[in-house]
Amino acid sequence: MKKFWAFVKKEFRHILRDKRTLLILLGMPVAQVIIFGYAITNEFKNADIIVLDQAKDDLSFKLTQKLTASGHLRLNGTVQNYADIHRQFQTGKVKMAVVIPPGFDQEMKRGTAQVQLIADGSEPNYASTLVAYASQMIATFQMEQAPASILQSSNPPILVQTQMLYNPQLVSAYLFVPGVMALILMLISAMMTSLTIAREKELGTMELLLVSPLHPLLMVVGKVVPYVLIAFMDGVLVLAVGNLVFDVPIRGSMALLLIMSVLYVLAALSLGVLISTKAKSQQQAMMMSLMALMLPTVLLSDFIFPLKSMPVPLQVIGNAIPAKWFIAILKDVMLKGVGWHFIWQKAAVLGGMSLFFLLLAMKNFKTRLA
Amino acid sequence: MYNPVPSAIKISSITKSFGKVKAVDDVSFDVRPGELFGLIGPDGAGKTTLFRILATLLLPDAGEATVLGFDAVKNYGEIRRRIGYMPGRFSLYQDLTVQENLEFFAAIFGTSIEKNYHLIQEIYDQLKPFKNRRAGALSGGMKQKLALSCALIHQPELLLLDEPTTGVDAVSRKEFWDMLDRIKALGISILVSTPYMDEASRCDRIALIQHGRILSLDTPDGLLRSYKKPLLAVRTASMYQLIQDLRGNEMTDTAFPFGEYLHLTTKGRVEEAAVTAFLRSKGHEKIEVRQAEATVEDCFMALMQ
Amino acid sequence: MKMEAIKANNLTKKFGAFTAVDTISFEVREGEVFGFLGANGAGKTTAMKMLTGLLSPTSGEGSVAGFDVYKEAEKIKRNIGYMSQKFALYDDLTVRENVRFFGGIYGLRRREVLDKTERLLEELELQSVEKQQVGSLPLGWKQRLAFSVALLHDPRIVFLDEPTGGVDPITRRQFWEMIYKAAAQGVTVFVTTHYMDEAEYCDRVSIMVNGKIEALDTPGALKQQFGAGSMDEVFLKLARG
Repeated sequence: MKKFWAFVKKEFRHILRDKRTLLILLGMPVAQVIIFGYAITNEFKNADIIVLDQAKDDLSFKLTQKLTASGHLRLNGTVQNYADIHRQFQTGKVKMAVVIPPGFDQEMKRGTAQVQLIADGSEPNYASTLVAYASQMIATFQMEQAPASILQSSNPPILVQTQMLYNPQLVSAYLFVPGVMALILMLISAMMTSLTIAREKELGTMELLLVSPLHPLLMVVGKVVPYVLIAFMDGVLVLAVGNLVFDVPIRGSMALLLIMSVLYVLAALSLGVLISTKAKSQQQAMMMSLMALMLPTVLLSDFIFPLKSMPVPLQVIGNAIPAKWFIAILKDVMLKGVGWHFIWQKAAVLGGMSLFFLLLAMKNFKTRLA
Repeated sequence: MYNPVPSAIKISSITKSFGKVKAVDDVSFDVRPGELFGLIGPDGAGKTTLFRILATLLLPDAGEATVLGFDAVKNYGEIRRRIGYMPGRFSLYQDLTVQENLEFFAAIFGTSIEKNYHLIQEIYDQLKPFKNRRAGALSGGMKQKLALSCALIHQPELLLLDEPTTGVDAVSRKEFWDMLDRIKALGISILVSTPYMDEASRCDRIALIQHGRILSLDTPDGLLRSYKKPLLAVRTASMYQLIQDLRGNEMTDTAFPFGEYLHLTTKGRVEEAAVTAFLRSKGHEKIEVRQAEATVEDCFMALMQ
Repeated sequence: MKMEAIKANNLTKKFGAFTAVDTISFEVREGEVFGFLGANGAGKTTAMKMLTGLLSPTSGEGSVAGFDVYKEAEKIKRNIGYMSQKFALYDDLTVRENVRFFGGIYGLRRREVLDKTERLLEELELQSVEKQQVGSLPLGWKQRLAFSVALLHDPRIVFLDEPTGGVDPITRRQFWEMIYKAAAQGVTVFVTTHYMDEAEYCDRVSIMVNGKIEALDTPGALKQQFGAGSMDEVFLKLARG
């Protein structure tokens, strides 16, 4: 028994003396709780909506006010027709549109009013939440506004129709296929790249490579090329399976999709190389990849948890993650079918990031051991 | 000063520290072209640090290093093209075969095995039966031979071999040094480091190094001739007891075992008969005392203290 | 009549079709300093692993400290000391912590561990660094400490696998003086080394070539047998075949 405790004591000493790993072991759960706490919230603030008010009467005005009163929904403007609604959705700023048909006031008094809620189905969870909230508001509204006689009847005075654009069935595959693609590409391009360079350092083979005429940057490119090819194949596979098995559409240009993927892979690769210049062993490279790449990509890239619902600091971090921009572009191109015109800003951000990380990685790569 | 023959290596006052530890402390020496130069010293003496500086992998804190006429700091590209380097640890790819490793290193130096086959032929013949075996599965001696081949394959002008024989058995070591002789005959300069003092005699010149400093720089013969202490070889039936007894005696400077004999250095000349008498008085049997020839190890130990 | 500390009779180890150790037979007497030599790949390490209870032999018989190598491997491990060049102590634990840890592992009582720790530190003159992490100590100090730790539980036999690699000549000899001292106190020392002059320090020496023991005798007798002036020459003559 004594032998056992001696051993346990020793193990504790090892752990306590490895400060870097200790930081991750204790820090990571705290970070995760905080992020998850803020991320998994069905609450939302400042969700931008637009209203197509075909009635333009007193009641429709009051309904609009009711919907935006609490601040959860924010009125981003009014539109005049359905085409405008589509256009607004394509920019991605607006996630729900409220359509109030003409004659709302009279229909309400008769008990045959209708309101249509159109939501951006490419983010099914978010869309559902918005719709649920709006429906609730409408229900309260009708309690307050409908004449008593109508309320006593069995039919609700306002019938709410919902439509999920881009994803009518609210298929969750629409949600996770783009996210998985971003994750896989990041995993292979960044993590594997960082591991393979760290491995050369750890094994000592790096010494010999440095003392050869092979330019270090060529070596990095050489290390990275096989993984780029594999990452691409994987990307295509994910898209194919998503499309064939889960019916996830590719409504936009395939070529555009691939070009954007290249841009993203470039950013991921640069990050991988950057990590490898800092990591002294494969284990460190792995830990750093997990902390700095994987975790943010899953939690803060708008993949599962909407970024808009998170506190501002987390939103700022989320915007610095390449995956966020890539997923947004993927959704736009795949699900909304938009072209270059709409996504060029996001592409510019992604491109800028790639360049930045690339330069940083190159600057940090040493041609000597120390 | 007019120097018609440029050195293969010339270092002046090189110093390198890691934190508080001075790994290399004001080291200067030169290696002549075509020379087989040995850097002799134990672990931690600073050999590997020095090699890394010469291989342009580390920057010295102070001093200058010139390799094959090029500055190690400013012209590292030129140096890297012309040297063959064997690091202290086995640094080839364990999961590639012997053949694959050779082809890789030939290729990144812009040559091929066929082009420079004559250089490595002898070593390669020994490796041939294992050519499809993964490098990680080779024995220690074979690994060193492979590493040497990879360092030679691009016809370097200078070989930097950092402890190539450490951990290798005596036979393989001897074979390795025989190979070095033949490589030297091709005109390639060689700087070797080793902790085995008996290998010093196979070098043209040697530098003894300890704690980052050079203790002595000379030819092996010159070093031995410079050993001036009185040295006796002593043997009795009980080595352990012998050590204790001699150390207890005033006349003794140092008493250390050297194989089957003990090497005794004394403060001032002592007659063999006196030692014999002393040992007999202590009850030793089969006493043997005679003059001893100093070895490189004796010199090193004397310089260490 | 002295007991045999180690006995091997036609001990063999095969890995598939490859025979690493081929029917070796020998005996090591109690209190002997026995040198176990051989080229890399000759089978030394495999043989040692069988004797220290780390590998099961394929065939043959063997006993260490009176315990059978097949059935009583755990007892063997408890009764021997072991030190290898590749690992001996934990670099990120202090000197004192290492000693106490191994004391605990060997099952020594708390009082015993404390006493022995004090004595060990005194003998090795390591009191000034007892709170320093072992990784920061010079190699020579580490080696001597590792040897003492291997002897902490007073084993009758200690196995040393290339214990003196890489250190300066004085430290090497200081280490061998520790070996002599242990042997003088009755400990059997089974040691492998690449330094041929160290072979001379042994009472008897065996040389393995290609899995078999090709020579076994005192250094003096071997030199006579092979007409050699040193163990180095004996080794070369033997290994060359």
